[in-house]
Amino acid sequence: MTTTLTPAPVDVTRELYGARLPSWGPKAILAAAVVVAGGAYAAGANVLEATLIGWVICMSLPVWSVAVEGRRKATDRLVTTLVSSAFVLALFPLFSILWTVVSKGTKVLSAEFFTYSMRNVVGEGGGIYQALVGTLLITGAAAVISIPIGIFSAIYLVEYADGNRLSRWIRFLVDVMTGIPSIVAGLFAYALFVLFFGEGVRMGIGGSVALSVLMIPVLVRSTEEMLKLVPNELREASYALGVPKWRTVAKVVLPTSLAGIVTGITLSVARVIGETAPLLIIAGTTDSVNFNLFDGRMATLPVFAYASQRNPGIPPEFSIDRAWGAALVLLLIVMLLNLIARLVSYFFSPKGER
Amino acid sequence: MTSTQAPAPGTTAPVRRPGDRVFAGLSLSAGLIILAILAGVAIFLTVQGLPGITASPDEVKSGKSFLPYVWPLVYGTLIAAAVAMLIAVPVAIGVALFISHYAPRKLGQSLGYLIDLLAAVPSVVYGLWGIGFLAPRLVPFYEWLDAHLGFIPFFAGPASATGRTIMTASIVLAVMILPIMTAICREIFLQTPRLHEEAALALGATRWEMARLAVFPYARSGIVSAAMLGLGRALGETLAVAMVLSVSVGTVTANLISSTNPSTIAANIALSFGEASGKTVNALIASGLVLFVITFLVNFAARAIVDRRKEFSGAN
Repeated sequence: MTTTLTPAPVDVTRELYGARLPSWGPKAILAAAVVVAGGAYAAGANVLEATLIGWVICMSLPVWSVAVEGRRKATDRLVTTLVSSAFVLALFPLFSILWTVVSKGTKVLSAEFFTYSMRNVVGEGGGIYQALVGTLLITGAAAVISIPIGIFSAIYLVEYADGNRLSRWIRFLVDVMTGIPSIVAGLFAYALFVLFFGEGVRMGIGGSVALSVLMIPVLVRSTEEMLKLVPNELREASYALGVPKWRTVAKVVLPTSLAGIVTGITLSVARVIGETAPLLIIAGTTDSVNFNLFDGRMATLPVFAYASQRNPGIPPEFSIDRAWGAALVLLLIVMLLNLIARLVSYFFSPKGER
Repeated sequence: MTSTQAPAPGTTAPVRRPGDRVFAGLSLSAGLIILAILAGVAIFLTVQGLPGITASPDEVKSGKSFLPYVWPLVYGTLIAAAVAMLIAVPVAIGVALFISHYAPRKLGQSLGYLIDLLAAVPSVVYGLWGIGFLAPRLVPFYEWLDAHLGFIPFFAGPASATGRTIMTASIVLAVMILPIMTAICREIFLQTPRLHEEAALALGATRWEMARLAVFPYARSGIVSAAMLGLGRALGETLAVAMVLSVSVGTVTANLISSTNPSTIAANIALSFGEASGKTVNALIASGLVLFVITFLVNFAARAIVDRRKEFSGAN
């Protein structure tokens, strides 16, 4: 009908989307914020003040946006800025904790710190040997109690229960149990042991019982998830060959999910090894090395760190240094366990599930 | 159809080998042990706590009967947890949204690990950090609050000189409960149906409008239960509070920044259990029972919400 006209060159983006900030806008503002905050820090402001200044500059992005793009876009930019700053805010304590513990804790680390106990030590010197021994023994015993109960419960839930009412209740109460405050677990262990050993009982094994209460639910949940991942075809193939159910579970299901189960065990150990409150109640603390779980007070790393900070003696600085040192060692152990767990699940889980 | 029918006449019942019976028995009893432990916690705390509840005022160290003794502690526990929730819930939702919908997809998981690291830090380390790093740095902030916002009862002052206030304890608590709330929110945000999100975007929604229209309605109950699980943690946390807070037992005050602070149940147990004897121990155990009941109810409600949600969502 009509001859095609060559259309006037139109900025398509602008036509469709309206006015927009240049794509370098947010980056430029972020860069400006970093530069100004760095300048303020160099000029003597502390980290908090410098961060605050940088944040205020970032907040100019929505203001600019409302002038150019309108309210809806500006709200979007505002939320993006807020959400990103929430993330940075959450990282702040993480790095602050790591930095504080490492910088204050490395001072006391030495061969003596790991191999000497605190027996007859006044002031400088001494070490965490008794606490290391106690932590390893108590956590080890807790693992010995928890692992069979946790794994067999998970096997019951996945392989035997068939979704009956009992299993639904167990699953639900296990979830609720993960929220038991650690100090209540300690009081439970104390209330239990008091019946047999009388008032004022302090015993390493009591600590293990308390830690088990905290460890079992974590273990059940993680093992259950892992057993559920085992494909049903494997079980059916085993049944088809005439293998009894229990051998199928022991020889097919468990080995298939072994990496995941080991990961779960490691993570649950990492969760309880740093628990302080229950051990403070039932295991107490002592300056001497105690290898006997069934006899008297036992020092552990977290309680040692707490007690050194709480009752530092005179002069206080040596004891507080030791508290930071113990905290650093504890943090390293927990991080190492977490790393091991991730590595195990990465390298040993069946191919295709990574 | 056929799989549910009884075995046809003539076939034998499935063989039950001894190994099977032993294995099934072991598994079942392990499950029952868990129920027994939970019941045991309630029973032993009640048995050992009752003498503390009924003890007369002159038998316990505090010199008060149980209710006047435990009330300020319950108050302290609740107010510390409440302030921690006020700080942590918005941040947790923001962080979860950042990881699930704002950060580049490839980065998201590693950023999640980074936040999870916060959960791995032992509570005694939080306590040391709170007392050695955070508290002294917050003192100027409290002085500012006291000077400029002192007319609000929460900031009535006089500001603590050490910074070891209920506010500091709440900030430490907020950091401690952040990872679990973030983890749950993140999981649920990621489960939002792709189609809902794309439909919103296709209608011209900005990213925030998409989150408001598609993600939040879908995740509402999940956010509530994440917050309640965080609340359960905050109520029961012991050592960080015990170390950070400078306590005056029996105080009930709305003032968040002064040097006279109410203690919390858990912190009070940790601080006084070592020297306690006789009926005082029973009173402490009874206060532990109160804490157990409060956290149990909170967790029970949270889990019930999560479970109900599971049945509705198509995700599982």
